[in-house]
Amino acid sequence: MNWLRFFRRKKANIELAEEMDLYMAEEIDENLARGMKPAEARRRAYVKLGNPQQVREKLWTYNTIALLENLWRDFRYAIRTLSRAPGFAIIAVLVMALGIGANVALFTVVRSVLLNPLPYRDSGQLYSFYEYESKHPEFSRFMPVDAGSFALWQQATSGAAEMAMVSSWQQYNVSSEGSGEGSKLPEKIDAAWCSWNFFSTLGVAPALGRNFTASDDQPDAEATVILTSRFWKRRYNSDPSMIGKKIWLDARPYTVIGVLPSSFTYATSMGSDTMQVWTPVNHEAPGDLMRIFNDHEFIAVARLAPGVTLTSLLSQLNAVQTQIKIQHNGPAIHDSVSGRTMLDDAVTGYKTSLYALLAATGCVLLIACLNVASLLVARTAARSKELAIRAALGGGHWRLLRERLMESFLLSAAGGAGGLLLAWCALEWLVRTRQDMNRIEAIHIDAVVALFVAGTILVCALFSGLISAASTDSKQILGSLQEASRGHSGGQSKATLRKGLLVLEVCLTVVLLVGAGLLLKSYQKLRTTDVGVPIENVLTMHFSLPDARYKEPVQQVAFLEQLIGRVRALPGVQAAGLVSAAPGQGWGGDRTMSVVEHPPLPKGQGLDLMVRGADPGYFAAIQLPLLKGRIFTGDERLQRAKVVVISQSAAKLCFPGEDPIGKHLSTGSDGDVYEVIGVVADTRWQISQPAHPMLYWPIYGNDYSAATVVIRSTHNVETLALPAQKILGQMDPDLPVSNVATLRETIGKSTLGSQFDSILVLGFAGIALLLAAAGLYGVVAYLVTQRTGEIGIRIALGAQREQVLRLMLLDGLRPAMLGVATGLIASAAVVRLIRSMLYETEPLDPAVFLAVTGVLLLVAGIACLLPAWRASRLDPMQALRAE
Amino acid sequence: MAKKNEPNAEMLKGTLDMMVLRTLVTGDAHGHTIAKIIERSSEDVLEVEQGSLYPALHRLEDRGWVSSYWGASENNRKAKFYKLTAAGRKQLVRETDRWRQMARAIALVMGEKALAQEGDR
Repeated sequence: MNWLRFFRRKKANIELAEEMDLYMAEEIDENLARGMKPAEARRRAYVKLGNPQQVREKLWTYNTIALLENLWRDFRYAIRTLSRAPGFAIIAVLVMALGIGANVALFTVVRSVLLNPLPYRDSGQLYSFYEYESKHPEFSRFMPVDAGSFALWQQATSGAAEMAMVSSWQQYNVSSEGSGEGSKLPEKIDAAWCSWNFFSTLGVAPALGRNFTASDDQPDAEATVILTSRFWKRRYNSDPSMIGKKIWLDARPYTVIGVLPSSFTYATSMGSDTMQVWTPVNHEAPGDLMRIFNDHEFIAVARLAPGVTLTSLLSQLNAVQTQIKIQHNGPAIHDSVSGRTMLDDAVTGYKTSLYALLAATGCVLLIACLNVASLLVARTAARSKELAIRAALGGGHWRLLRERLMESFLLSAAGGAGGLLLAWCALEWLVRTRQDMNRIEAIHIDAVVALFVAGTILVCALFSGLISAASTDSKQILGSLQEASRGHSGGQSKATLRKGLLVLEVCLTVVLLVGAGLLLKSYQKLRTTDVGVPIENVLTMHFSLPDARYKEPVQQVAFLEQLIGRVRALPGVQAAGLVSAAPGQGWGGDRTMSVVEHPPLPKGQGLDLMVRGADPGYFAAIQLPLLKGRIFTGDERLQRAKVVVISQSAAKLCFPGEDPIGKHLSTGSDGDVYEVIGVVADTRWQISQPAHPMLYWPIYGNDYSAATVVIRSTHNVETLALPAQKILGQMDPDLPVSNVATLRETIGKSTLGSQFDSILVLGFAGIALLLAAAGLYGVVAYLVTQRTGEIGIRIALGAQREQVLRLMLLDGLRPAMLGVATGLIASAAVVRLIRSMLYETEPLDPAVFLAVTGVLLLVAGIACLLPAWRASRLDPMQALRAE
Repeated sequence: MAKKNEPNAEMLKGTLDMMVLRTLVTGDAHGHTIAKIIERSSEDVLEVEQGSLYPALHRLEDRGWVSSYWGASENNRKAKFYKLTAAGRKQLVRETDRWRQMARAIALVMGEKALAQEGDR
């Protein structure tokens, strides 16, 4: 059978007819030459040729049906044999479905999130640039950029790259005043400032209206805004007439000039895509922010010109930055530039964990294949008589192999179908639970995923089919026929193969369990980490006062004081306070300070302190213990607000071995001097990060127009959210409240990734353990069945039941122990790869390794004990009669 | 048709491929010539059934042991000629060897010394 022929049957048929015509003609000629009459010559020729139709049919069958028919026969045969052992078939399909499903789901995520290009034109040429400190490797290599440096970068690289800047962590209050929006509720929205060429650099055009122009991006231009598609849909019902209308941001009118396409998304390592509106940076940012070098508020985005590489551009930028560091040698001036592709920048936080999960599912699939292979080997062994007879009767080697493969293919295909369904459910669940993940919206099952499914099915089928096929050696036909004729300890060779598979299975399971154990331990550590204050029954909510309405510091302070007074008066409120950022709720800003009483630090150095504005009631409300000195008083406000409370680690950093009380800190250049009046305990700005030295100064008067209200209650603090929001609404109906959450929720959110990873890997490890246990049980049970006669003889001859038990138990435990040993070695090698996912947990944590060894040996022991025990209870008479 | 001698036809089935290849050693030929040569050289004992010949030729072509081309027959008719390939030559050697062994074995069993000795050579 030839596929080419199959598709050219018609042509082949015509050719054949010609060949036979020729045959006829030659035969007739010959007959004529022998002296026959023409009619007789023709008749004899026809007789000799036979029925031409029959010849044609023979060829036709040869060219077409043979393969298809054989396949169809194999298919029916496989269905029949499988349905004769439905238990086996169902278990194998389920195992395959689990393995394939998990893999397909993870592959889809990895492909959609990590591999698919970003939705920009020619996105491979797009890079994000950050700054870093070459002398401080402990800091991040990717810190935001200052506008002063950016301007110089842009000048220096014109021609080599198109550079734009973006600040994606801005916020606005959007309100409906005077905009004809009716009585829509005010809300606080995330926003981004960008240079006018940002969208054109990405190659994104607004779906409606126009892009920013250079003239929009000026301090004195008319205020303009571009809406994201989701904000436009949600708040303005996709109204196309919004273009040209005005909306109110921070109590100022902005003209809507465009709406972005719904496919547009922008996420960075600094944050996910929560932005609702985009505004031009030069119009929005204060003028001096755009000139200075020590306030880092931006990310630089560049499209490299053809032929320009990241390395060449980086060396260019680093030269510029080195000059900047020389010219403006301040402590907060960074000396180096780093860059990576925008895709890398967006997904850098998920790369390791997603690849680790993919590896885990790969292990699960491998184990599933091994298990199915092991089941097939067992079945082959059980059918060895049948197979031997068939081989002896002339069943071709390939024919038998094809049947075996067809069987495993059917199992894999059914498993794959189930797996696809499973993957779909898993993805639905994932998209719902991991909204915090960048690019989560890009996840979908497409043609490539379908191909992946098909490929996985094929590989699984071949893998498990060939392993089981390898277990039957056609040269041993005679052996298995003889073996079958008189039962004794048979099937040893097949058991050896299965034991080998088991070692591999147990080894993989150990690796998975160790990974899961480490992640779980790390998650537990993270969960129990103390953020520095008790987090139960604490509610936080954020708001900010628009400068347009609250111009003077006096107005802002009056509002804050009145608000917190009214919140404290609410029934059920135990204590309440105001702070710029509560513990565990992010970086919240830092300053470089110097100690007035100390000799000046070398140029370019300073003490980096995190800064918080707080009201006097905050410390009691958050229950942050005062270690020394005192807290602010109510009248240390406005001009008198030049006092600070520092954290313990800040005291250690600034005043090592001294009493900080009464000393002074200065903000450096502007020369504002603050007196240290107290020391409080440390708090963490993010649960997984160590406490950073921190400084608190009065929120009343250090230029704070935004604040977080912190409310502590004895119970059910959530019920206070509505009354507190009502108070804000009464004081200013246009003021939106954001981030209403309990402290526990906030911290739970930041451990979500860790929880997710550890639970998933634990799930996979659990499946692997179950499969390995089933495999062990299967092998020992099989051995017991095979050796029933032998055991019967042994017992009849006086073997103790304990001896039999030990014999069978050891038979199963030996591969398990070998697997554990190799698994521990393999784990030690691979756990280093997930180091970045671990929190305060060493990759070679002895407790985890020990626990895994214990669990595995225990499970293996139980799995082997059951059949071994059954063997030891055999009645010798029955065992021997069963022959 | 092999009606006068059924066993011959059976015998032929396993060895037809080999004989077709052997026929082509002497030169390219079309179906009719191949059948003729086999019949003549077997002194008309073997009759090549057309229902076997053409499928056999196609099979040999699929396996790459013969190739085919269209040409003109001795009587100037359009004819499909078959030609032995290098792989076909090797296959012929293999099959001949196997056939010799088989023939010798059968001869031994049947007690026909002469044939057995011939196989020994």
